[in-house]
Amino acid sequence: MIPEEIKKLIGTSGAVQYYAVEKGAIRRFAEAVDDANPLFQDEEYARKSPYGGIIAPPGFFGWPQKQVRDSPLAVDIPPELEAAFEKAGYPLSLVLDGGMEYEFFLPVRAGDILSAVTTVRNLRERTGEGGSIIVSFLDTVYHNQAGELVAKQQLMFVRRSLNSPPPEAVHA
Amino acid sequence: MPEQLYWEDIEVGAEITPLAKIATTQMLVRWAGASGDFNPLHYDSAYVASAGLGQVIVHGALKRQWLIQLMTDWMGDQGFLKKFSCQYGAMDYPRHMQSISEPQDGETWHCRGKVTRKYIDGEIHLVDCKVSLENGKGEITTSGKATVILPGKSTDAHPG
Repeated sequence: MIPEEIKKLIGTSGAVQYYAVEKGAIRRFAEAVDDANPLFQDEEYARKSPYGGIIAPPGFFGWPQKQVRDSPLAVDIPPELEAAFEKAGYPLSLVLDGGMEYEFFLPVRAGDILSAVTTVRNLRERTGEGGSIIVSFLDTVYHNQAGELVAKQQLMFVRRSLNSPPPEAVHA
Repeated sequence: MPEQLYWEDIEVGAEITPLAKIATTQMLVRWAGASGDFNPLHYDSAYVASAGLGQVIVHGALKRQWLIQLMTDWMGDQGFLKKFSCQYGAMDYPRHMQSISEPQDGETWHCRGKVTRKYIDGEIHLVDCKVSLENGKGEITTSGKATVILPGKSTDAHPG
């Protein structure tokens, strides 16, 4: 059973977060992947491309404009959900990234300011191997400064309870 | 960048040009800084041991990004990645460094993909693909799907 104080958060959303998409941050992201695509770093090349300027690799949405991110992870887990998980004995230290889905509508461009809202879409419990595992599905919708829909993202986070087996067993 | 792909040139079953990658501890640190994922599972071996794991592990999101690069390299400047999804099925472990810039010998990963469907939706020319990441033993540790809009010989692909 998923604890009630976690379950009741299905359908709730966190506050709007703003992300600045700086060209230096795009380049650093591409470099970290070892992705030399000139669309992500060569201004002259990108200007002559169909995009007319530097774009971000799909999957990069910039950096929080204010340091509002409490989490040491690269994702905005709504604070109420995070607090409920901690309280119920599913600490952040036992979180695992299960996977994700993106749908893209427009490119993310250098200079964009994106707004993002994250909603707790669903929570599912997986039983087995001793401990309790809750998979949380977090939906984030990104719009750009013109109010245009840029992307929808769904993240799948696996939360283990304190008495659950180590992640190797979860993945096996 | 390679020559532009056109929708008419692709057949179902076509292989996506594979992409080889080497995860190193150094790359994981760069990824942590560039992505903002500072989970110590990815760089602190004492912490990793206390969490019951053998070695630091590669970020799932970095593997995702390799597979996204597989697609963006293949589709070219006029292609547009419409959808992408992946699931992390097994852990991967980076190579250690042997010098300040060179990794030790070891595992090389391969991103691979295949076209599974080709179709037109209104004016839009699309292909669906399945993608996967293989570790050095040839085991698939991440698998996913991608949908790409490609230019037709008489149409434009990118919505930007």
